[in-house]
Amino acid sequence: MTVAGDVVLQVEDLHKSFGSTEVLKGIDLSVRRGERIAILGSSGSGKSTLLRCLNVLEMPTRGRLILDGEAVGKPAAGGGTRYREAELNRLRARVGMVFQQFNLFPHMTALENVMEGPLSVLGRSRAEARRTAQRHLERVGLGGKAEAHPARLSGGQQQRVAIARALAMDPEVLLFDEPTSSLDPELVGEVLGVINDLSEDGRTMLLVTHELGFAYHFATRILFLHEGRILEDGPPEQVLKSPREERTRRFLDRFTAFRF
Amino acid sequence: MGYVWDFFAVARNADILLAGLGQTLLLSVCGIAVGVAIGGVLAAMRLSGRRTLSWPALAFTEFYRNTPPLVHFFWFFYGLPMAFGLTLPPFAAALAALGVQSAAFFAEVFRGGILSVETGQWEAGRALGMGRARLMRRIILPQAARRMAAPFVERSFELVKTTTLAAALAFHETIYSAMVIVTQTYRPLEVYTVVAGLFFIVLFSASQVAEWLEARGRRAGAR
Repeated sequence: MTVAGDVVLQVEDLHKSFGSTEVLKGIDLSVRRGERIAILGSSGSGKSTLLRCLNVLEMPTRGRLILDGEAVGKPAAGGGTRYREAELNRLRARVGMVFQQFNLFPHMTALENVMEGPLSVLGRSRAEARRTAQRHLERVGLGGKAEAHPARLSGGQQQRVAIARALAMDPEVLLFDEPTSSLDPELVGEVLGVINDLSEDGRTMLLVTHELGFAYHFATRILFLHEGRILEDGPPEQVLKSPREERTRRFLDRFTAFRF
Repeated sequence: MGYVWDFFAVARNADILLAGLGQTLLLSVCGIAVGVAIGGVLAAMRLSGRRTLSWPALAFTEFYRNTPPLVHFFWFFYGLPMAFGLTLPPFAAALAALGVQSAAFFAEVFRGGILSVETGQWEAGRALGMGRARLMRRIILPQAARRMAAPFVERSFELVKTTTLAAALAFHETIYSAMVIVTQTYRPLEVYTVVAGLFFIVLFSASQVAEWLEARGRRAGAR
């Protein structure tokens, strides 16, 4: 079932409105297994909303979401889609998410944070959950911080625990929503380093980021969103170095204006 | 004014007063238990996101928050027999009034605590695939409980003081016992001063215990 290269996640004509504001205006996207996709765009372009629709933390207003060939939700009267709670929980267990604000559980230790998913969602035994959690903490370089509560960790360390927490579910698709945007500049590197190391697993990853340099090296494919639509979609080399669209060029220019 | 204090008049009747205090504590503990139980249901209704549940709970809460507690006591004691032919003994009537009335306040404490947990916590739990009930139990409630602690203690102290209204139903709690002693000794100043002292001792010691527990909880949370 898990052949690299086949389509793992498909999005068809996805729309999302908040009140009368339409944030996503028809997104079509096929994600192949093992792809690492960086999603770029100015703020308000809808990139975070798109990511949050992929694990239905935001309910799409319209459109279809297909994970591993199975459509999520049932068509409802009036063209929308009805999502059942249990179905969404199963989907989210397979599509991991790392948040901008880390969102670690403050009443649990780092280890307990990583254990929580396997323990209470996958039904693993405590001993097994503990073993894999420890392994994932070591993977993100925090094996020695297992017993620390989040309040005692730096932002970068917290985000690495959050990555370990997402990895512990062994998700088919892993989503990163601006994982370094709320970090002090000197802590960005350690988190990007950890994310970069995950490349060798061949796991499918989608990353919303403003770190263009990182996107260039990390991603196998880059999407540029503008006003709720995918304006550009291609390999990093092409999108970042010779974009087809004027808007993409202007966006990139802003990041390179003060190069020294 | 040469008022001569005579606390022996109270001391001679200490057994009556202490029995009353015992009833006050019993009514308080039962009142808190009933209030917490009903308050929990009300909070769940308010948070359910369904209007058919949240609106009645809201109406109930607002009604009890904005009407005098003594009226609630009178309803359960004098009103029920007249309206439904249902006569409750003073303790049951006082407990019903106290429980239902405090439920409205406890519901707000619970709701406030739960709503104070950041949306990011809900999202992190949901992103792991946790169902609503599990998410509530494992992630939200442990964090909410700490924030509820102080207002919960505050409301409970209010409730203990409100039990004195049961005296109006001739329930033998502390104030009623005090009134009995007053009619026998004509020493209202001494008797009520002692009553105030008793309440102070009980509530002040309880608040010390609560503070100690809270501090311990904070330490456990910030390890």
